[in-house]
Amino acid sequence: MSDYAWPDPATRPFLGKKISRVDGPIKSSGRAKYTYDYNPAGLLAGKILRCPHAHARITSIDTSAAEKMPGVKAVQIIQKPGAEIFWAGDEVVAVAAVDEPTAEDALRAIKVQYEPLPHFVSDAEPPQNIASSGGPISQDDFEDMEDNQVPDEQVIAAIQQNGISFHPGEKYLKDAQESGVDKKVVEALRTAKYVEAPPGSKSPYKKTAVQTQGEPDNAFASAAAVVEGLYGASCITHCCLETHGMAAEWPGPNDSSASPGTNLLVHISTQNLSGIAPQIAEPMKIPAGSIQVMQQYIGGGFGSKFSPDRWGIAATQLSKSAGGKPVKIMLDRAAEQEVAGMRPSSFARVKIAADKDGKLVAWESRSWGTGGVGGGGTPPLPYILEIPNQRKQNVAISTNQGSARAWRAPNHPQAAVITMSAIEDLAAKMNIDPVEFLTRNLDMTGPRAAIYRDELPIAAEMMEWKNNWHPRGDKTDGPVKRGLGLSMHTWGGRGHNSDCDLTIHPDGSVEIKMATQDLGTGCRTIITIVAADTLGIPMENVKLLIGDSRYPVSGASGGSTTSGGVTSSTRRAAVDARNQLFAKVAPALNAKPEDLEAVNATVRLRGDPSRSLSWKDACAKLGAMPMTVRGKNPDKSKPPDLTNSGVGGVQMADVSVDTETGIVRVNKMVAVQDCGLVVDVKTAESQVKGALIMGISYALYEEKILDPVTGRMLNPNMEFYRLAGIADVRELKVHMMTGKGYDERGVIGLAEPPVVSPGAAISNAVANAIGVRVPFLPLTPARVLEVLEAHG
Amino acid sequence: MKDEDAPKPDHNSGLTRRDFIKISGVGVAVPLAFGPTVVRAAGEDVAVHGPNKVSIALNVNGKKLTAELEPRVTLLDALRDTFNLTGAKRVCDRGTCGACTVLLEGKPVYACMVLAIDAQGKQITTIEGLTEGDTLTPVMQAFVDHDAQQCGFCTPGFVVATTHFLQQHPQATEDDIRRGLSGNFCRCGTYDGIRAVALTRMAAAKSTSRNDTTALEGGSL
Repeated sequence: MSDYAWPDPATRPFLGKKISRVDGPIKSSGRAKYTYDYNPAGLLAGKILRCPHAHARITSIDTSAAEKMPGVKAVQIIQKPGAEIFWAGDEVVAVAAVDEPTAEDALRAIKVQYEPLPHFVSDAEPPQNIASSGGPISQDDFEDMEDNQVPDEQVIAAIQQNGISFHPGEKYLKDAQESGVDKKVVEALRTAKYVEAPPGSKSPYKKTAVQTQGEPDNAFASAAAVVEGLYGASCITHCCLETHGMAAEWPGPNDSSASPGTNLLVHISTQNLSGIAPQIAEPMKIPAGSIQVMQQYIGGGFGSKFSPDRWGIAATQLSKSAGGKPVKIMLDRAAEQEVAGMRPSSFARVKIAADKDGKLVAWESRSWGTGGVGGGGTPPLPYILEIPNQRKQNVAISTNQGSARAWRAPNHPQAAVITMSAIEDLAAKMNIDPVEFLTRNLDMTGPRAAIYRDELPIAAEMMEWKNNWHPRGDKTDGPVKRGLGLSMHTWGGRGHNSDCDLTIHPDGSVEIKMATQDLGTGCRTIITIVAADTLGIPMENVKLLIGDSRYPVSGASGGSTTSGGVTSSTRRAAVDARNQLFAKVAPALNAKPEDLEAVNATVRLRGDPSRSLSWKDACAKLGAMPMTVRGKNPDKSKPPDLTNSGVGGVQMADVSVDTETGIVRVNKMVAVQDCGLVVDVKTAESQVKGALIMGISYALYEEKILDPVTGRMLNPNMEFYRLAGIADVRELKVHMMTGKGYDERGVIGLAEPPVVSPGAAISNAVANAIGVRVPFLPLTPARVLEVLEAHG
Repeated sequence: MKDEDAPKPDHNSGLTRRDFIKISGVGVAVPLAFGPTVVRAAGEDVAVHGPNKVSIALNVNGKKLTAELEPRVTLLDALRDTFNLTGAKRVCDRGTCGACTVLLEGKPVYACMVLAIDAQGKQITTIEGLTEGDTLTPVMQAFVDHDAQQCGFCTPGFVVATTHFLQQHPQATEDDIRRGLSGNFCRCGTYDGIRAVALTRMAAAKSTSRNDTTALEGGSL
């Protein structure tokens, strides 16, 4: 076995055990300092004036009154008159003042005039008749209506009422008819009145993916069972408890608080510590190397905190204008909810079919959704199952709202709820237990089939599925119905690029430096575990320094890439350091370096514990100087690959639905999850439980609600943007896959995968309980009651 | 905060400011020689503070802290920005999430919903006041042991709320815990650990109280 390979279970004192997080005490005692808590002497408060319109042009800005106010130190216009604003809450002017109340007063004194422009924020309706605004039907509009199976009468009516803004030639009309467009619709096109499209009346609907494989029409025609359904998930926000924000200051040459060579000191709430300086250097036109970026603790990111953002750059500019004094801009809650990140919505009409044995044969989906002005994400449909015959297309809707940001497992939760709901509906129609149904189709999940095959029975056992599951519709008396549902998911999670420096001092102390971040995932803990495990010393002896851009570069924490990255670089550094130490110690023990081992805070001859030195005495052999080694990931020169990609997970939900109030309660959730070699079972289980809770939250409560009239978010707060509370969470059971078949895969990230399935599992459990499908998440009482009413 | 351009403290209360006129039902303004201006509003004498800075004295964690603050400053902002006690967090800033929970006269309050000026003369305890030095309270230690925290931003509020809840409800059931701690929100999803904290601390307190029935009152939690 290579030196670098992960050790056997018998020789790892910490790795794979249940270890409490190393930053637990500083957090639970309230001493952990976050960016929001950064409070140096002379700190100026930065605030931002935001546009109240969802779409507008700035016509004038008057900051003169604000600039004259006592206590106001700097005013920065972010978007000048003439600029077009595309979403409500976008940044217009920033101010810095001696304290927050003064900064707020200054914002109120700024006069901005806007020319409001038409906005569009609706995503819940399928892309059918954009011309409802009164404008003519464009070629894109028409084709979208056809692709989305808008009833022919509606299409004809729209063409006749609104006219068309394109000239369909005879060839176009012939092609249309041949591709299945109804003759009457073609005739309506032929005789339609041409209307010039008004400028700027671009359709917000854009087809982003059209794909056909196999022969879906034949497969549907010859299938034993076909179901059609409508599924999806609404827009939600990241709702980080620590809002986005940054503090910037320009220390003078005589400022003792700054490191030598630092011209700009930045404290920022970020998932991307090593990647921030380049993003500030460019707009500020200073060398990235003169920027020092700091962060010890972060109050949540979930995919929304990779850049300094416009407010961070504004803080930097304000500080410069204010003579270099520190300026901190933290978003207020409303801005956090409205502009600092959301998860795209995704909805779909799905048709799915199976043969008489319950093997999936065909899939058709017409999906749509929005991720703000830029359109939306394209969910990977059908999710995790390679159904042989498919036809699918996706339409991205451009809406006037703050842009989507990566939200934990981008696109996967939406794809899971669409796919797993359709599968469950089909299984119900065929009267097959969904666990059995998925088991029959696991060969379509490719390389992860073996993982799911291991996990499904474990999850079923934990849920007591065989005893508790019933066919669709709880037939017991009373208004409260109970049901079970399940879902499966995957994610990549290969470790990112990571460098670290590990130093052993002659007095035996050990330190590691790495410019990474711990989002609460346990990053600090797993680095410490790997180092202590490899060096055979207590975890307390390892001093870990992160959160400073002057340390070796490590990747952004996105896509579940951190665990694999930081543990791999740490392992390589620790093995090299240990071996170099062995070379220094070997003569004293009269042994060859390769025969030594580091265990229980000693360096000793393998197989002869009597020939040993304490760790401290061994390190003294280094002489006068400490020793530093660099660890890297990836590092082909130091095999094997210590990280991997592609995990599998299965989740099940047990719910009760009150059919009189429409309230859904999750009684129990189980999660069976693989992530290769589990470094710390305790924090891993916490991560999965947290994902289940976040899943309950987005399945039942969370929705970014936009008002079509004003284009503004109606719930940019925490009383109406509802998160799950402790009262909403009942029994959670987590099982981590470990041991043979899993440990040898290496370390794989865990942050995204367990958050993929809860929405789908809960939606399926609700359908199982009440006998009908509630199409869209969140499963609010109103949506549940609407479906119950429609089905009598 | 010390800045020559900052709005000057106003010990004599400016009656000329717009904000004052907004007070409804104002009768006669009676400036006093010392202290705030008193006006007659709805048949009663009402002291008018501000709108500029006034001297505020707070009793925080057993220490007297003073500052010149505008009356509109919340207790939370005073603690965090002026006195650098940053354990209480500003999250929702309108009394929903509980991240700013502190004890006022021994009772948990959302510090974002209390004006600093109104907290004068009352005992204020923040998370920093629950411990001395690096030692953890048993509840804090239980948060570590049960991994009841991830990013940790909601944790100080939860620790203060849980500590008080356990003192008040030593015989609580699991349902009581859910109700009693539902004034705090967590985004990472640490509720399962927090429930475990409450249950195990309660069990520990019960076993202690067999010998000493006053253990709970004495703050063994």
